[in-house]
Amino acid sequence: MSSKEILLNPLFNNNPIGLQILGICSALAVTTKMSVALVMCIALTIVCAFSNLFISIIRDRIPSSVRIIVQMTIIASLVIVVDQVLGAVAYDLSKQLSVFVGLIITNCIVMGRAEAFAMQNPPWPSFIDGVGNGLGYSLILMLVATIRELFGSGSMFGVEVLPLVTNGGWYSPVGLMLLPPSAFFIIGGIIWAIRAWKKDQIEESEHEIGHQTAFSKV
Amino acid sequence: MSAPKNKDSMSNVLVVALSVCFVCSIMVASAAVLLKPQRIANKNLDRVSNILMAAGIRNISATEVAQQFDRFEVKVVDLLERRVLSNLEVLDLGIDTSTYDQRKASKDPRLSKQLTDDEDIASISRRARYSLLYILREEETEAISKIILPVHGYGLWSTLYGFISLKGDMNTVSGITFYEHGETAGLGGEVDNPDWKSSWQGKKIYSDGQVALTVIKGKAMPASPGYDYQIDGLSGATLTSRGVENMVSYWLGEDGFGPVLSKLGG
Repeated sequence: MSSKEILLNPLFNNNPIGLQILGICSALAVTTKMSVALVMCIALTIVCAFSNLFISIIRDRIPSSVRIIVQMTIIASLVIVVDQVLGAVAYDLSKQLSVFVGLIITNCIVMGRAEAFAMQNPPWPSFIDGVGNGLGYSLILMLVATIRELFGSGSMFGVEVLPLVTNGGWYSPVGLMLLPPSAFFIIGGIIWAIRAWKKDQIEESEHEIGHQTAFSKV
Repeated sequence: MSAPKNKDSMSNVLVVALSVCFVCSIMVASAAVLLKPQRIANKNLDRVSNILMAAGIRNISATEVAQQFDRFEVKVVDLLERRVLSNLEVLDLGIDTSTYDQRKASKDPRLSKQLTDDEDIASISRRARYSLLYILREEETEAISKIILPVHGYGLWSTLYGFISLKGDMNTVSGITFYEHGETAGLGGEVDNPDWKSSWQGKKIYSDGQVALTVIKGKAMPASPGYDYQIDGLSGATLTSRGVENMVSYWLGEDGFGPVLSKLGG
């Protein structure tokens, strides 16, 4: 695969949220506001890219018995550094993200790419793969955040787009959009849309309900 | 760096584990140390803008924060002697109001006291002897228009730190805000909800000299007799609501700012 493919594949063809259904938890939690979601996306992309890079550099030395712990240590350290930097440069946003930056440590995408890609590939492709998957995650997150903020608060990046009834406008916001379940519906809709477009992503049913058997063999 | 022949050998496991830990700890430690001044500056800015927020001044830029804050008089209260100290006394004590850290002082036995179980309704265990308070005066009459008090108390998981602001009558709430807490987002974390915070405005604290303000379960009804003293409880956050109520009764009570407030109120 060329670098370009590695970078762009996770956007639609192999999207971490859309196809692999990873990292859903944070997608529910940080998508009520676009600005918060954007910071989360940047943080995750950075962590994913650099953890892939560092793990790939030492992949030939990591003993398989402790490889998960080594990966976790590297990922956790990067997350702490990112958290510290956010606290220094974007204090308000880091306060709103609170624990969720810390929870990047447990985000399955980061861990999944380290284990599935960086352990087998050279540093540069691994880094690109991390960026690509971060972008794939960001794409879905920003889509969800746009829909939620626009219809839940009538604004985009905090700027009022649909004038609210409470402020003398005409738009009465959908309260559900601000609650976590709405992200489930939206992500479900996005996954359906991607699979309707790219038919090869449709999974075969693992289980088919048989014919009515209750009376057939009596 | 060539791959060792047997990367699963005990010695290689130890070497890799130790060196990864070493490199990572240096990375984390240097980030923490290098960014500390910036983080502290941000925290201070946040604290000051929270003081302004409690006073009802919101949505202003960082430079305006400093400007607005200059309008406030910063006073030191001696909670043991129950009075506001004069500027000279503050100088004698060596307290610099811009850097005084009440939280640190409450851990220092010389500057704080251990609360007994009866006194400690806000579950803070130790209380600093000196506390800051902020006064905003009317421009013409010099009468106190707002007074802002730092408060803290234990909720469900964490100590909530915030400010409560009273009007010049030393009885009517003009605002409340929290700048640090670790309550559950969406439940106890709703102490940050602007609607809930604004429901405090106009509520009364004292009835017959006692703190009468309560955070009730459910919604306060305008028709009920104690409406002026009731705050809507946060749904799904009984313990956080109770913590906030206890915090108010402690800090505005006899052992907190109560006596000082009644003196200032004349």
